[in-house]
Amino acid sequence: MQNPYKPYPVRIRRIIIENDTRDLKTFELVFLNKEDEECFRYTPGQFAELSVYGAGESPIGIASSPTEKGFIKFTVKKMGVVTTALHNMEEGQVIGIRGPYGNWYPFHLMEGKDIVVIGGGFAFTTLRSAIVYMLHGENRKRFGKITCIYGARNAGELIYKPELKEWEERSDIDMYVTVDKLNGDPWPAREGFVPAVTKEIAPSSENSICLVCGPQIMIKFTIPVLTELGFPPDRIINSLEMRMKCGIGKCGRCNIGNRYVCKDGPIFSLAQLNEMPDEY
Amino acid sequence: MEEKVISREKVVTFIDTLIGKYYVFAPVKKKDFISFDEVKSGNEVYLGYRNSKDSPKRFLFPQSEVMLRYEKGRLIEEGPFDYGKRVIFGIRPCDIKGFSLLNKVFDNHDFRDPYFITKRDSIILIGMGCREPQTTCFCTSLGIDPGSSDGADLFITDIGNKYVFQILTSKGEGIISEYDGFNDAEKADLDMKEKVSEDAKERIRTKVEISGLKEKLDGMFEDPFWSDLHEKCIGCAICTYLCPTCHCFDIEDETVNDKGVRRRNWDSCMFPLFTLHTSGHNPRESGKERMRQRIMHKFNYFVSYWGDTACVGCGRCIINCPVNMDLRKVINNINHG
Repeated sequence: MQNPYKPYPVRIRRIIIENDTRDLKTFELVFLNKEDEECFRYTPGQFAELSVYGAGESPIGIASSPTEKGFIKFTVKKMGVVTTALHNMEEGQVIGIRGPYGNWYPFHLMEGKDIVVIGGGFAFTTLRSAIVYMLHGENRKRFGKITCIYGARNAGELIYKPELKEWEERSDIDMYVTVDKLNGDPWPAREGFVPAVTKEIAPSSENSICLVCGPQIMIKFTIPVLTELGFPPDRIINSLEMRMKCGIGKCGRCNIGNRYVCKDGPIFSLAQLNEMPDEY
Repeated sequence: MEEKVISREKVVTFIDTLIGKYYVFAPVKKKDFISFDEVKSGNEVYLGYRNSKDSPKRFLFPQSEVMLRYEKGRLIEEGPFDYGKRVIFGIRPCDIKGFSLLNKVFDNHDFRDPYFITKRDSIILIGMGCREPQTTCFCTSLGIDPGSSDGADLFITDIGNKYVFQILTSKGEGIISEYDGFNDAEKADLDMKEKVSEDAKERIRTKVEISGLKEKLDGMFEDPFWSDLHEKCIGCAICTYLCPTCHCFDIEDETVNDKGVRRRNWDSCMFPLFTLHTSGHNPRESGKERMRQRIMHKFNYFVSYWGDTACVGCGRCIINCPVNMDLRKVINNINHG
């Protein structure tokens, strides 16, 4: 019998410091065993339990796209015991990973539609995965126009900066990178909170679906804007976070009503969330 | 179904026969309570027990269990580790039902939990019908018969001077064949067994209404009921530790120098840390949300997830609650509120 609690060993290939505060690092991981990599088939939106023996495990969204071969990557904020242990590691060291867990962005519903991606702060990881996936080769024509609004407190806190700049140059995605305060920085070109920028750009809700991920306060003010633009609740897609241990629906802590965020989520439409108790 | 009988005195010899071939766990009298413990002689077994203070769930789901071992940041040994062949002698029907409820969580189409499953598969359950239910017992409200052999390999009924053994599985058959002191049950024995079971059922006087409870709770998440309910609760979580159906756990690493183990430890929805995010945000911030979670999980969420209620009516949470929270009253208040 397969042991779902046994982490696959992975080597840290590369560590990227993402922000000026230096509390966000991206870890590129390579599987030590080819068979494990085969078992770890994921879809954007899923997460995994990163495991540092001696510190413990932490559930983190997968930031790479399955179209990127040979590695997986995670952007981790230094917050608690496990994430601090991870931040203290260096390239070449081995950690564990188990997963992939949870559901994924509803690509079956997104196909043939215009896509609006709205992200804030460092909650841009699985959204980045979804964008890379949709922009990749043959995948691109499965989706209509792709619009991305991404904001952070200031320029130094935006993650994946080289990639954002690259996407700004592309014609198959409309990028709107914004910061709360520019402080005279040469980039990005825009200043303003994500909800305000969304209102200003006013992406059409016609045959369109929106993926939103960000801090609570951003979600709170963005949802009314989207509703005003005509997005119905079943076409506003959110990704939730919750304290987790097992990741497989057994340890009992991450439920919202009768749904486990680890197993039935983390992706829920606003229509689903409206049906669920307000306990997250 | 085959039925055998054995005299009261011989049960002790039967248990002695099993010891040595199996690790035998049976009800043992402690200072002021009964608990299932490993016995080295049949004489240690306390057959006059009503039920154990703690649930035997720990034989499948221990309070603390090593999942794997690591050294210098690398995995060196992977569980599940062997607990040997174990016989649980004298487990009550409610607790066997508890096992089947845990089974829904730990062995399902999504993820199979090898730690639970290997223990379940190597364990032999010798159930024992109740003669004297406690005043806090309400298993019949949950559809459990105090004389039910469901889920057992062997099932014993105490008919006074003798014990009737029902053989229910090949594992049970194997156990019986270890000892030659059994006789075939006669009609009088079986009639007596029937009577004992019926009497036990009669003695369970408390009834709570479970049908319709799930539907009632569906609309109660925001009800002011929860604000009052939790007030006397001190959050000690003894209700969840002793409950045969509570299955929440934590996963923790324990390291000394470079070497350590990853453990699975019982956890509880009654603890504030259970859902506390690293950011400081806690979706179940006060006792109100935690008490609501406990009740909702048992009588609503579990039902919609697994099609059964996560309560067996054993009454342990009632007997042992330091502030006298009575689950039966809670259910009644929900039904009639």
